[in-house]
Amino acid sequence: MAQIFHRSTNTVAKVTLFGAVFFVAVAGWVAATLDRSAYSTRQGVVREQPVPFSHDHHVVALGIDCRYCHTAVETEAFAGIPPTTTCINCHKLIWNESDMLAPVRASLAEDTPIRWTRVHDLPDFVYFDHSIHVAKGVGCATCHGRVDQMPLVYQAASLQMEWCLECHRHPERYVGPREQVFNMAWKAPDQATLGPALVAEYHVDPRTDCSTCHR
Amino acid sequence: MRTSAPLVAAALALLVFAGCRQGMYDQARYEPYEDSDFFADGRASRLLVEGTVPRGWLRADPVLYTGIGADGGFAAELPVALTRELVERGRQRFEIFCSPCHGRTGDGLGMIVQRGFKQPASFHEARLRAMPYGYFFDVVTNGFGQMSSYASMVPVADRWAIAAYVRVLQTSRYIAVDELPAEDRRRLEAAR
Repeated sequence: MAQIFHRSTNTVAKVTLFGAVFFVAVAGWVAATLDRSAYSTRQGVVREQPVPFSHDHHVVALGIDCRYCHTAVETEAFAGIPPTTTCINCHKLIWNESDMLAPVRASLAEDTPIRWTRVHDLPDFVYFDHSIHVAKGVGCATCHGRVDQMPLVYQAASLQMEWCLECHRHPERYVGPREQVFNMAWKAPDQATLGPALVAEYHVDPRTDCSTCHR
Repeated sequence: MRTSAPLVAAALALLVFAGCRQGMYDQARYEPYEDSDFFADGRASRLLVEGTVPRGWLRADPVLYTGIGADGGFAAELPVALTRELVERGRQRFEIFCSPCHGRTGDGLGMIVQRGFKQPASFHEARLRAMPYGYFFDVVTNGFGQMSSYASMVPVADRWAIAAYVRVLQTSRYIAVDELPAEDRRRLEAAR
């Protein structure tokens, strides 16, 4: 009597058994890696803007404070994108014929907003408020990286939930003095002692319940 | 080809995982300043209807909100209490909003001026030393010469704080000896 199963079935069976564990594990690893990659998070990816605005030039070279443009960051959830008139405060007299700034002048003349491309875009199911983070001593650079040194803005952090939770679980590793929040270059001389002291002083108590952010 | 079954399953799983995010990520509601195809001007954040007074924005006290006194001239006195806290706040706001042009000392040689903006008058000249608090409030509110209005960027309370700090800057460079506190006066005489 001929064999019911072909000889190769042995191999197939072994591969299938192995595959159940190995291939599923690989698929999981690939999915997790893709999800954390810049392809998914857009971390470190420069977004094209209608005007190539340089934070590096305006902050480092000219010394303009973050809050000159992002006026709502201390009081509101949204830090605020400056209206065209803020650009015009200076650019009415400086670089006022530059081609690069033509969209800014057009925006003013036609009273239409400049369509900036949003760089830090949290999912709509996340509640986030800038003002409380600023009030508790989380520096701009802690989340946004050295924006002051970026000729074109990109997202410095992944903005994934595991990244949020790292600080919500261990605020003492990141919290700094309130008066240094807007100092992009500030580094704690000794975060290990300063961090816990500030967490106690500022009553930093970041919740990690689901409903803290997903409300 | 039975061997490909796990691969196909894995590929399908990837597709499923990849496909399940956008709907909840971008929900059918607007974020601040998002564009909208519903309104003719494309703005989701609507401008206030002219004449609207939001809660807490009733300008019932003309001196506080315009810097103009009952006699029609600039208010000579601050309508808020002059405290160290007010002056510290004024310094912080001055350095954010004013120092790019006026310089941190108020001499009018800020970085933007060094890059070609029209140089503003120094706060230390006699004409501006003689100006009352209300004048500085008015300039921040309505602008002056090439300076734009800062009313949308600096709230009313901060404008008074800045006015108070401008006076501090002026005093730092020009004060009569007999107006100095006794301690400072002693130090000055000792240094002679």
